[in-house]
This record gives sequence, C-alpha cells and structure tokens, in this order.
Amino acid sequence: MASEHSDPTADDTAPGRGSAVPVRRAPGTVAGGEPPLALKILVAGGFGVGKTTLVGSVSEIRPLRTEERLTEAGRGVDDTGGVEQKTTTTVAMDFGRITIREGLSLYLFGTPGQDRFWFLWDELALGALGAVVLADTRRLEDCFPSVDYFERRAIPFVVAVNCFQGSRQHAQEKVARALDLEPGTPVLLCDARERESGKRVLVELVEHASRLHTARLLA
Amino acid sequence: MDDYPFPPQGWDPAPGWDQTSGWDPPHGWDQQEPVEHGDDSRWYDDDAGPVVRPYALTRGRTRTAGEPFDLIALITVDPDHPAHAGAGPYAPVPGLTPEPAAALELCRSRTQSVAEIAAEFDLPVGVVRVFLGDLLDAGLIRVSRPVSPAQLPDERILREVINGLRAL
Repeated sequence: MASEHSDPTADDTAPGRGSAVPVRRAPGTVAGGEPPLALKILVAGGFGVGKTTLVGSVSEIRPLRTEERLTEAGRGVDDTGGVEQKTTTTVAMDFGRITIREGLSLYLFGTPGQDRFWFLWDELALGALGAVVLADTRRLEDCFPSVDYFERRAIPFVVAVNCFQGSRQHAQEKVARALDLEPGTPVLLCDARERESGKRVLVELVEHASRLHTARLLA
Repeated sequence: MDDYPFPPQGWDPAPGWDQTSGWDPPHGWDQQEPVEHGDDSRWYDDDAGPVVRPYALTRGRTRTAGEPFDLIALITVDPDHPAHAGAGPYAPVPGLTPEPAAALELCRSRTQSVAEIAAEFDLPVGVVRVFLGDLLDAGLIRVSRPVSPAQLPDERILREVINGLRAL
C-alpha cells in the first residue's frame, strides 16, 4: 500500500519558518469578516511524563491518527530489523482544542514520544506559537531532545516540571541549570492533572512567546 | 423514499445485476472450489491490515495535486456553492461518498481544522487531506491556511489568547 505524507518537506510551502509567503489568500477568507485564526502549541517531553494528562486537563482531548511511511519513521534509527516489509504505520498523538472566541482557536498537539517519530515534529513545529516541554525530575534526561529541538529552531518554549507525588521538588533554578537552558527560558512547577496548573503553564508560554515576538520586532 | 432513488444516479451495476429482477448471478457462482493457500500466503492479525484499508476511502489516492493541507488549516463551507445556498435542511451533494459528506456537514455547523475532522471521524490525517482536496476542487469548501506567529499583525491576538486562557 502506498503512503501519504511521503515527504515531510512538501509542507514547506505552508507559511512559516520566517518566509514571506502571503498568508491571507482570498479563497481562505470568510465572507464578511476576518479570516478565522488558529494557533498551535506543542506539548513535548519523554514517554509517560504526563503529556496526555496535561492536554486533557485544559482541553477536550481526542486521539489523532496519522499514517506515515516507515521509511521515514525509521530514518536515523539503526534498529529497523524485522519491519522492512511494512510500508506504513499509524502514529497516534493527543490533540485538543481551546476556543478563545469565535474565529480564534488554540490547538494543542502532544508530540509522539518515541524517537523514531521525530520527523513528524517538523510538520507539527512548523508555524507553532510555542511548546511546553514537560519534565520529570526523576528522568530529567528524557526531555533533553525536546529542549534541543526547540532551541535549535528558535521556537519559544517553557519547561514545566510535572510534580508527581513523592518526587523531589527540585528548585526551578536547579532544573534550568541541569538542562543548560538559555537564560530567560521559563521553568515552572506544575501538576498536569490540575486544570488551573495547566492553564498557568499555557499562559506562561504565550506570555513568553509574546515577549520574544516583541523583541524580534524591535530588533 | 423518492428522495433517494435506487440504484442512485451514476451507479455502475455489478456484473449479474439486472435492473428489473435484481441479482441474477452467473450459474455456478457459488460452486467454486475453495482456493488452496500455502501457509506462506496466510496473514494474521496486524499483518492482514485493517478490514478496510484507510485509502480505500480515497480510491487509493494518497495525495492531492494541490498544496497539502496543514493540520490546523481551517475549513469552512464555501457559501457561494449552490449546495450551501439558503437556509433550511442541508441538501446532500450528489456523488459525495459518506465521509466527505459528513465532513461537509460538520464544517457547516462550525469552522473545523483538518486535525479536528480527522479526529472526529477517527480517520488518518492523510485520508482526510485527500477528500478535502476533492471538496476544495469541487468548490464546496474554503481553506484558511494557518498564520505563523511571526506573521501575526500585532500583539492584540496574543493578548486575547492570554486573557482567554485565564478565563477558561
């Protein structure tokens, strides 16, 4: 069976990456008003860190399926033995919508945890407003790849330390130092199960993104 | 039931179908010998694939000719298309298969992102992209490509988002 999404770079024609592609095309506008606006926030972090919980605590959550070609999925992975026969695989991710007002929505995407689906991130990250990197102090190293990814692409992100019951509550500065974060990157403690806590994380992220956005405009 | 003539217009009858008497299969159609399969040819569980391969819904097409739809591209019905004209019950568009028709119905009630449509019908995003391409070609929908944060006109939008999140 053939696969969709044979080439992730095909989406590069979409606005983003700082290109000057005109975005307000006539066919996309809604009659009699501004075009509806959608913004995208990614929730990243290691496996089992609470991404699904966080997305679910602030929005109505649903699984989203994408079909991907395994030649892409296996890219950069040494151990692909035994899967050569299969051409496509289904990747599921968490997906939530927050309606700010009519015509303005926020979409949350929980990034697939496994390394072999990294290529999927490029599509997700394209044009993202920012990202939440969820961290677990017991396995802090699990979020290194996410931190690296967003730093390299200059995508605004905050690190939210999910405080599991019984886990040591590291001071935020210690986490920032351990992750070698760039100065100014917010680190906050959260409880992904709590709606208020999840909201606070998102607010912090949008404020951070807004500050960086303003700084870029002034630069 | 006059609204839904059977067989529908443009329907391609299967061999053996007779318009008046119905199913008239060739003689001996049910007398065939069972086909022997070697053990090698048997597929079990996941190897056999889903009962309906997802891209059967798109007649095997895996991508459309146009620009691919972003996950958060927003879909609205095109009010200029006659199918969406006027109030009242939604007139089904002839020739539409159930999934695109249901997606169209969904977009009629509210603007939907590509991801939402895929999640709503539990279909892979790729399948949804293909039939949305068809709907776009047919002039039934409009697509609003996402605006990247760098292209936001001003700070107002982000301020609105922050206030909206706080008010959740």
